[in-house]
Amino acid sequence: MERYAPHAKDLASRDVVSRAMTMEIREGRGVGKSQDHIHLHLDHLDPKVLHERLPGISDSARIFAGVDLSKEPIPVLPTVHYNMGGIPTNYHGEVLTKVDGDPDATVSGLMALGEAACVSVHGANRLGSNSLIDLVVFGRAAGLRAAETLKPGDRQPELAKDSAEFALTRLDRFRYAKGKTPTAALRLNMQLVMQTNCAVFRTGEVLAEGKEKIHAAWRSGADVSVTDRSLIWNSDLVETLEYDNLIVQAVVTMEGAANRLESRGAHAREDYPKRDDVNWMKHTLTWIDPVKQTVAIDYRPVHAYTMSNDIGYIEPKARVY
Amino acid sequence: MVQLTLPQNSRIKPGKTWPKPANAARLTEFRIYRWNPDDDANPHIDVYFVDRDDCGPMILDALIWIKSKIDSTLTFRRSCREGVCGSCAMNIDGLNTLACTRGIDEVAAPVTVYPLPHQEVIKDLVPDLTVFYAQHASIEPWLKTISPPPEKEWLQSPEERAKLDGLYECILCASCSTACPSYWWTGDRYLGPAVLLQAYRWLVDSRDEAQGERLDNLEDPFRLYRCHTIMNCAKTCPKGLNPAKAIIHIKEMMVERRL
Repeated sequence: MERYAPHAKDLASRDVVSRAMTMEIREGRGVGKSQDHIHLHLDHLDPKVLHERLPGISDSARIFAGVDLSKEPIPVLPTVHYNMGGIPTNYHGEVLTKVDGDPDATVSGLMALGEAACVSVHGANRLGSNSLIDLVVFGRAAGLRAAETLKPGDRQPELAKDSAEFALTRLDRFRYAKGKTPTAALRLNMQLVMQTNCAVFRTGEVLAEGKEKIHAAWRSGADVSVTDRSLIWNSDLVETLEYDNLIVQAVVTMEGAANRLESRGAHAREDYPKRDDVNWMKHTLTWIDPVKQTVAIDYRPVHAYTMSNDIGYIEPKARVY
Repeated sequence: MVQLTLPQNSRIKPGKTWPKPANAARLTEFRIYRWNPDDDANPHIDVYFVDRDDCGPMILDALIWIKSKIDSTLTFRRSCREGVCGSCAMNIDGLNTLACTRGIDEVAAPVTVYPLPHQEVIKDLVPDLTVFYAQHASIEPWLKTISPPPEKEWLQSPEERAKLDGLYECILCASCSTACPSYWWTGDRYLGPAVLLQAYRWLVDSRDEAQGERLDNLEDPFRLYRCHTIMNCAKTCPKGLNPAKAIIHIKEMMVERRL
């Protein structure tokens, strides 16, 4: 890691480590039969420290790679760790949208939290333990906000008579789906497209092909086949509903990546290797039209102010480790 | 000699033998328990052949392979696929364990897969663990204190922390409890090895201040004392823990507080 992060070395952020791993493999320094992965050495650490501090990794290495990490290196490879972005919210957990040019318009009654949400502490790069902030800080904030905006026993507006119609139609459509492609095949195709065309390093060409492929995958969902018709523990149906949620995530991820002509955080474009704060210091907003299967893209500004007088706004700098 | 037979509708019948995948060089046979709550059919054993060159090394990989490639109605719990969440506990080759951490080559073929024993089955390999979870809730598995909260954290020395080793690793997969004969017979009143191990985890936590109350809750002929040190729990635990030892320590604490 000295080559990539001379100071932080192995403690550089995860996207930097992932890119370093990919570079090493690409330049022919991978290991294994196909030289397609690298070795992680932990055997220089005292076995007592390994046992105390990394019991989970010790177990995983033994079970899945048959490796005793106090003696041998672990074969490793970069993979997806989390989603960045999400449903835009303010720091109260209230969902935001853009209405008539106002990027901070709240969607009344709708809140989002955790990995689903984008309060945007992490911006373009989610660092270790940010999920804790999402849960502990914003979980609490959202709870307080809900208590503030709702009064116990308040009358709620009558629901429309057909309010369940949308959800039930969706459920039934999948429960009785009689196409030819099982959910597992659709899911595998989506995974392969994302892994190949939206990986650690991207180029305009690869992303353009990715867009075509992921839209084709999205369209092929019309041919989904579900075999289990039961309403009791129907995991075939649940996996299909999950796929239906995931594919739109994949589509907006690919569209957002192809659209952003710079490198920022974990988004590393080989054709645009520099961060471009003049044109791209902004969030991507996407809207999905599930019927026409199209994506619309707009932007919201990054807040360049703090909510306190005690500390000023910190200008972004080039990242060096 | 008393002869015991299962009720007619509980007898496990032979099921469907699914066709072998085409062009597979290395096949492993899986015999899997199936039961569908939507029809009146008896539970049955379906036979599947897994193409080992197209499938990962673990039993869970094989189950997911079957669900993806052969029969998407096959139903089982799974989540983390790395022995952390405890969802995929089932009876594999006669032993309760996690499907995700048990290698296909570690067990003899044909591989038999059943749900965790002695629990009501919801569907296929999914047992109803409602009672198990309620028992866990009954031991109030959280830190209880009466002292005023410290300014920052409740501190613990490394030695005190070390007392939780062998306990905190429990992922509540229920393999041990459903392997315990005593739990089979009195599972509604005996808390079982998993829940008692969890109870001990809070009893030895140096930060907890409800030890007396916790012991009172366990002082009962059934809840604690149905453990007869049969040791199936320790033998089956996929995380290599020893619930029987934790139970012995609880019994010691019971005696010590009377002296």
